[in-house]
Amino acid sequence: MTLELTDLSLRVGADMHIYPTTLRLEVGSFNILLGATGAGKSTLIRLMAGLERPTRGSIRVDGQDVTGRSPQKRNISLVHQFFVNYPHMTVFENIASPLKVSGVPTSEIAGRVEAAADILQLRPMLHRRPQELSGGQQQRTALARAIVKESTAIFLDEPLANLDYKLREELREQLPELLAGRGTVIVYATSEPTEALLLGGNTALMYEGRVTQFGSTAEIYRAPADLHSAQVFSDPPINIAPVEKRGDRMHLGTALDWPVEGEAAGLSDGEYVVGIRPHHVTPVAPAAAAVPITGTVRITELSGSESVAHFSIADRVWVSQSPGVTQFFVGQTHEFHMVPAECFYFARDGQLAARGSAHG
Amino acid sequence: MKARSLVPILYILFLMLPIYWLVAMSFKTTNEILGGFSLFPQVWTLDNYRVIFTDPTWYWGYFNSISYVTLNTVISLAAALPAAYAFSRYSFMGDKHLFFWLLTNRMAPVAVFALPFFQLYSAVGLFDTYLAVALAHCLFNIPLAVWILEGFMSGIPKELDETAFVDGYSFPRFFTTIFVPTIKAGIGVTAFFLFMFSWVELLLAKTLTAVYAKPIAAVMTRTASSAGYELGLLAAAGVLTIIPGAIVIYFVRNYIAKGFALGRV
Repeated sequence: MTLELTDLSLRVGADMHIYPTTLRLEVGSFNILLGATGAGKSTLIRLMAGLERPTRGSIRVDGQDVTGRSPQKRNISLVHQFFVNYPHMTVFENIASPLKVSGVPTSEIAGRVEAAADILQLRPMLHRRPQELSGGQQQRTALARAIVKESTAIFLDEPLANLDYKLREELREQLPELLAGRGTVIVYATSEPTEALLLGGNTALMYEGRVTQFGSTAEIYRAPADLHSAQVFSDPPINIAPVEKRGDRMHLGTALDWPVEGEAAGLSDGEYVVGIRPHHVTPVAPAAAAVPITGTVRITELSGSESVAHFSIADRVWVSQSPGVTQFFVGQTHEFHMVPAECFYFARDGQLAARGSAHG
Repeated sequence: MKARSLVPILYILFLMLPIYWLVAMSFKTTNEILGGFSLFPQVWTLDNYRVIFTDPTWYWGYFNSISYVTLNTVISLAAALPAAYAFSRYSFMGDKHLFFWLLTNRMAPVAVFALPFFQLYSAVGLFDTYLAVALAHCLFNIPLAVWILEGFMSGIPKELDETAFVDGYSFPRFFTTIFVPTIKAGIGVTAFFLFMFSWVELLLAKTLTAVYAKPIAAVMTRTASSAGYELGLLAAAGVLTIIPGAIVIYFVRNYIAKGFALGRV
């Protein structure tokens, strides 16, 4: 089973909500839509679910065009960010409802509901109403309703965003496991790069209504196709600055310059944008060859396991992220170390020009 | 503490005085009522109530009133539920104007419509039927119902509808088995207001009926004129008129607070 989008777009009035998008999602795959709020993740899911009609383009399931089909006839499941359950039904009735409407024999329903409830540890709550449950249990009920029927695709629209930290981690660990091996296409929208990396699978990066890159999560993390993709897939935000390549050195204004390495050595001289993730700008000199940067510390964040410092360099503010506790003093200068091999160089149109490393 | 509770107690006594007077009168004989001032009935009598429960003109008045009020509540809800859903879920051309226009229907004096309605219902042969009064009361009850229900429906996230459609519910099935149960508190509050407004409305009810659908309030005025001043009887009829409203209020009292909280009632 495959879910194929071909030049799918949505325009509302004069605004393009989704630019023409072509994606091919395979059965059994875990596909993540990663993008900031307003990037179009929910809209794309609504298009795929049939809740919104595309302006152009088509959606095919196994080669069969389902573009004009209502959501009822698509045999899909959807879990929203907000815990949506039927308030007047018990948890059991909630989970059973998709089976009941699709005419599954009553004798079969109880068994399947209980199986789904077991996977999501809802067995003791089956006879309660959703509003008597905690947020995590309510969302687990919604998840159980999504997995109880054999759907072509399961769409999860930031399902963990409204849960507290502990529950989110717990459920995030369980999710890939309980969704695996269902023979369905899974689409999971999130705004957190960390979540995408933890979940693995494939990721489609979204920026202002466009899918900027699609591929295996680990792969596109290593090689963002363009500046927007790099920005979407970095938390804290990736450090960027305009640079100029002159000969075998990169110049960041007059403040800083470093030798170009790897693929970047092959670039022609001229102006580029450098991008480097915050964890490759560290207060302690790393094992790899590094360039010292002196910056004035603006803001510091200590979380116990890691230290984050925002510092100004030239006329920009960069972020450094490092494990452990490093003492920074706001307003004072501090020496950071940047690893040129971890730099991305983008051409002026935003496309990736070269990486600081050799390959891979 | 004592002094502080004194004020509301006095206030409530003050408010309840006319109702007490009505109840006291209903147990007095007409002679006693006309004879002079008495705080309690000197001679307790149930004759007034006996008349009402035995004379068909009286008890049919109640039956008529309850019939057209119930019919009106059902029609109004049936029309307003889909309308309110449309206003709360879709945006269409002129939706805001239409919504406001619905409200303005409530602002027109009912008397304006009495004559055209009388003519119209006579012409189509509906004069003096329950349906005539029930339909006439829709004039102000449907806008009211749409207004209240829209408030309740907008409090239900649209995601509920979408989840149901994705789960496979057809629209009618979703509406009747999921949506209506979800907003049943709102429907209760709405039904209460529909019931009350239709119950207390007199002008249209009297204009559109003659014999067979005559409401209780009309019976009261006509009996008074034909049999002199049967004050005790009228008082008893008045007491019985208050009771249905009191019963309905008792059942929906908790929902009403919720309705007020939503700011639409």
